[in-house]
Amino acid sequence: MEVLAIFLPLLGAFIAGFFGRWIGDRGAQIVTCAGLIVSAMISIWLFNDIALGGNPRTVELFTWMDSGALEVSWSLRLDSLTAVMLIVVTVVSSCVHVYSVGYMSHDHSIPRFMAYLSLFTFFMLMLVTADNLLQMFFGWEGVGLASYLLINFWYEKPSANAAAMKAFIVNRVGDFGFALGIMATFAIFGTIQFDAIFGAVPQAANQDMNFLGFQAHALTVTCLLLFMGAMGKSAQLGLHTWLPDAMEGPTPVSALIHAATMVTAGVFMVCRLSPMFEYAPAALAVVTIVGALTAFVAATIGFTQFDIKRVIAYSTMSQLGYMFFAAGVSAYGAAMFHLMTHAFFKALLFLGAGSVIHAMSDEQDMRRMGGIWKMIPFTYAMMWVGSLALAGIPVFAGYYSKDMILEAAYADHSAVGTLAFWLGIAAAFLTAFYSWRLIIMAFHGKPRADEKTMAHVHESPLVMTLPLLVLAIGAVFSGMVAYGWFVGEGRAEFWGRAILVLHENDTVEAAHHVPGWVPLAPLVVALAGIATAYVFYMFRPDLPGALAQRFAGLHRFLYNKWYFDELYDRIFVRPAKALGFGLWQAGDRAVIDGVGPDGVAAATRGMAARAARLQSGYVYHYAFAMVVGVVVLVGWFYLRG
Amino acid sequence: MAQVPNLIPALPEIFLAVAAMALLMLGVFRGDGSTRLVSWLSVAALVVAGGLVLAVGGPREVTLSGLFVMDRFGVFMKLLVLLGSALTLILSMTYVEREQMSRVEYPVLIVLSTTGMLMMVSANDLISLYVGLETQSLAAYVIAAFRRDSARSSEAGLKYFVLGALSSGMLLYGSSLVYGFAGSTGFDRLAAVLAAGSVSTGLLVGLVFVAAGVAFKLSAVPFHMWTPDVYEGSPTSVTAFFAVAPKVAAVALFVRLLIEPFGSLVEQWRQIVWFMSVGSMLLGSFAAIGQSNIKRLMAYSSIGHVGYALVGLAAGSELGVRGVMFYLAIYIFMNIGAFAVILCMRQNGRAVEGIQDLSGLSKSHPMLALAMAIFMFSMAGIPPNAGFFAKLFVFQAAIEAQLYVLAVIGVLSSVVGAYYYLRIVKVMYFDDAVEPLDRAIPAESRVLVAATALFTLLFFFVPAPLLEGAANAASSLFAG
Repeated sequence: MEVLAIFLPLLGAFIAGFFGRWIGDRGAQIVTCAGLIVSAMISIWLFNDIALGGNPRTVELFTWMDSGALEVSWSLRLDSLTAVMLIVVTVVSSCVHVYSVGYMSHDHSIPRFMAYLSLFTFFMLMLVTADNLLQMFFGWEGVGLASYLLINFWYEKPSANAAAMKAFIVNRVGDFGFALGIMATFAIFGTIQFDAIFGAVPQAANQDMNFLGFQAHALTVTCLLLFMGAMGKSAQLGLHTWLPDAMEGPTPVSALIHAATMVTAGVFMVCRLSPMFEYAPAALAVVTIVGALTAFVAATIGFTQFDIKRVIAYSTMSQLGYMFFAAGVSAYGAAMFHLMTHAFFKALLFLGAGSVIHAMSDEQDMRRMGGIWKMIPFTYAMMWVGSLALAGIPVFAGYYSKDMILEAAYADHSAVGTLAFWLGIAAAFLTAFYSWRLIIMAFHGKPRADEKTMAHVHESPLVMTLPLLVLAIGAVFSGMVAYGWFVGEGRAEFWGRAILVLHENDTVEAAHHVPGWVPLAPLVVALAGIATAYVFYMFRPDLPGALAQRFAGLHRFLYNKWYFDELYDRIFVRPAKALGFGLWQAGDRAVIDGVGPDGVAAATRGMAARAARLQSGYVYHYAFAMVVGVVVLVGWFYLRG
Repeated sequence: MAQVPNLIPALPEIFLAVAAMALLMLGVFRGDGSTRLVSWLSVAALVVAGGLVLAVGGPREVTLSGLFVMDRFGVFMKLLVLLGSALTLILSMTYVEREQMSRVEYPVLIVLSTTGMLMMVSANDLISLYVGLETQSLAAYVIAAFRRDSARSSEAGLKYFVLGALSSGMLLYGSSLVYGFAGSTGFDRLAAVLAAGSVSTGLLVGLVFVAAGVAFKLSAVPFHMWTPDVYEGSPTSVTAFFAVAPKVAAVALFVRLLIEPFGSLVEQWRQIVWFMSVGSMLLGSFAAIGQSNIKRLMAYSSIGHVGYALVGLAAGSELGVRGVMFYLAIYIFMNIGAFAVILCMRQNGRAVEGIQDLSGLSKSHPMLALAMAIFMFSMAGIPPNAGFFAKLFVFQAAIEAQLYVLAVIGVLSSVVGAYYYLRIVKVMYFDDAVEPLDRAIPAESRVLVAATALFTLLFFFVPAPLLEGAANAASSLFAG
């Protein structure tokens, strides 16, 4: 059963990918969607059994490698963490699969797209069910590959090529850290199997290790290296530059990979490794700071962008920041809670944005939208639902999870926790602001598109609206329903041994006892943000322009995304290119080719000609050679005695 | 009354010799029209002999006053020899008919030559060694010149004969020296004497001469000079035969000679083998590059392969001998496959042998080209083809015997060798055909090409039987 849930997507990808030409577009869509939907149903059953029934287990598939002390097997670790991820991944993925049937209907290579989507899902499932670091790394790299393939799905677009390469290369930096982290883990514990590691953590808590010549706390180093991998995959500040560019991919891809699932892998990893992070408080502090900064910085960039998908992309980054600082203050349950609710409402927002783009004939710039809310009322309503959830308005899912995170950060009572709390509050304001900025700019006001486009505006077909509805249900109810399990009374029972929180770090518990104004603060700033957005874009549309002129420097700074891309280009890209060019011209062509292949080839040809000339065809020459051979050998023995 | 020696261990040889006579008579009485029948009967005789080898084989047994030995090593090698002879005989049937050289002597000579080879493998005395070698060679000289009306074929036969006579002289001279200094020609006695006493230079000189005589049959450098000319001049089916069975027999003989009687002189003869091995590998790789005739190319290729096989022998260990045997087994399959393809090369009913004649083969005969490509990749030693493993094991043995220089030279020369193997692939797949090869390919060739190609490609799935067989056989040499 478990195996079926995980390998059905692979089977679907295999069939659609290799036999797409025979089974046709429709066949590929049916195969992959059916596989995913069945997989999602099994996942729901598994969730019921594992997380709610308290029945975690590990399914051993077979041994992968067994070399010296390193023993790695393929197995499925099924506990509450996995169950939550399974449900999130398969449900969102099913919705996206179905949605893609409509969204990609005009594309030329539908089987390829469906196969990539399913392949991605398989790798993601592999990642979340991993029972050891290496299998997790396998899934980790696999989703990276699928992400690369999907960003670059329209490979004839140079910008898509560039974005895909950027995503891949930036992720390499993080993955390098992850790989080092795995090696460090092996160095400390002599194993990379989760249970074995977690059991040995308390003994290793005071161990030091030599890293780059420095004597450092072993667990802190290891956790930081692993976190580096998480930063890359989850687009945290510093390694975030690929995420906005990844919006070059088709919108369903953005919804599935770059909002709901893959980018949350880093959060999942930190939660999965909570028994390690708990014993590395310094690493946790770093996680908190990085997360809080990301939440704030991304939000500031988000409210200056005009591309509808980029706005949501920065919002994703910002929300990932929330999850990280939740994990950083040991509120892993809250992080996972927000991960789940976010998956629903962010996928909803992306797919809704896709629906808008679809309606506007592939227009993504919000400055050329507007005035369409009456024409696509369903999409409009869905965007409202998503935005309400994102902004954290009561009843909607985001309210429960985001509030929980902020309360936990406050309840941590440490310097970093407090920093995270205030940055989080600021980001909450900005989030609400740019969400309604998006809604108002996209749907209200006078139509700014040309007449031809406006004439075409239409509500999306049922295959696209139905998944929206499913996700909307999740965006509304998932917070309410799951609150008790994830962070409420039943949390200890729900998580079981999947998450470890040291008693003195239990911020989720403390979060239930914060002063009364703390839970209210996020709601107040969110409402304020919405109100501000209405003032700026509905009632006084002249204000934003005026403000932007007034604070031109600041606006330019934010609009250019804090100049991260330019900075990296100057520091890394250009020197690397120059170095590569130099090595190519001077090193490779002149030295290696000249002396190596070309030189050796010339010498070989000369030797070959000489060797062939020995063969004269005369018998006496041949006989002479034989005699010489004997004489040489005999002489050799004579001389040596 | 003199006791009748135990003839059971020699039953395969005796059977083959008798069968050859019977087949000769049959052929003479029924005329040249019966060549195909005689050929198939010869194949049958070879198969029966193979069965006999399996039947009589087992633990080491010495008979015929110590002249003849049968052991597991002998079983393995004899089976390889018989396999090589039988397959080349099957391949040549259609060829000899098309080339109008279809005479009954042809299969009979091959059977006779094979008899000599079996005797070589089982020789346990310098005298029986010589007799076996000559039996094999005399028949071979004749079939090299089998196309009497062709000047090239006659020249090849004559060259082979003259130089072969020279090498026989060396062998005999060396034998007499060994006899003079050690006091015996029997392998068992020699082993005992050499293990006990000190080594005189005279004996070493004798060893060099004997080695030179055998190395001629192996076509190891510097006793290889006849090979390209004879391979090119002989009818192609004969070339295929030369490239396979006699090589195996000669290597077997060489291995037994060096390991059994001269086993205690391993430090000395290793230098000889080292020298021959390096020379063969280098010459095999470099000289082949400039060739345009595919038979000549195969001649250099076979010189190179002998060099690689000798790498294992130079190790002088059980692992090394195992590597040699394994190498030979793989070599047989690759070579028969490659020659089967070469035998199919005809344009407008005329046999051609230029490498360029293969151009465009991938379009006119895609399966044939694919098979040839597999053989070439395998000969170049590219995994996962069988040839890779063959090389792997001999190099492994060399490393274990700490012959690092030898192993490095071997690897480097195989890189050079890859060039000319891959050139054939390039010609087949990327060059346009001037004139396509004929489409008619005899059924036997199809079957053999397919079988050997599959073996070469898929060997790595079930390597165990061959590996174990070789290990088993090798251990029997070192048991004594």
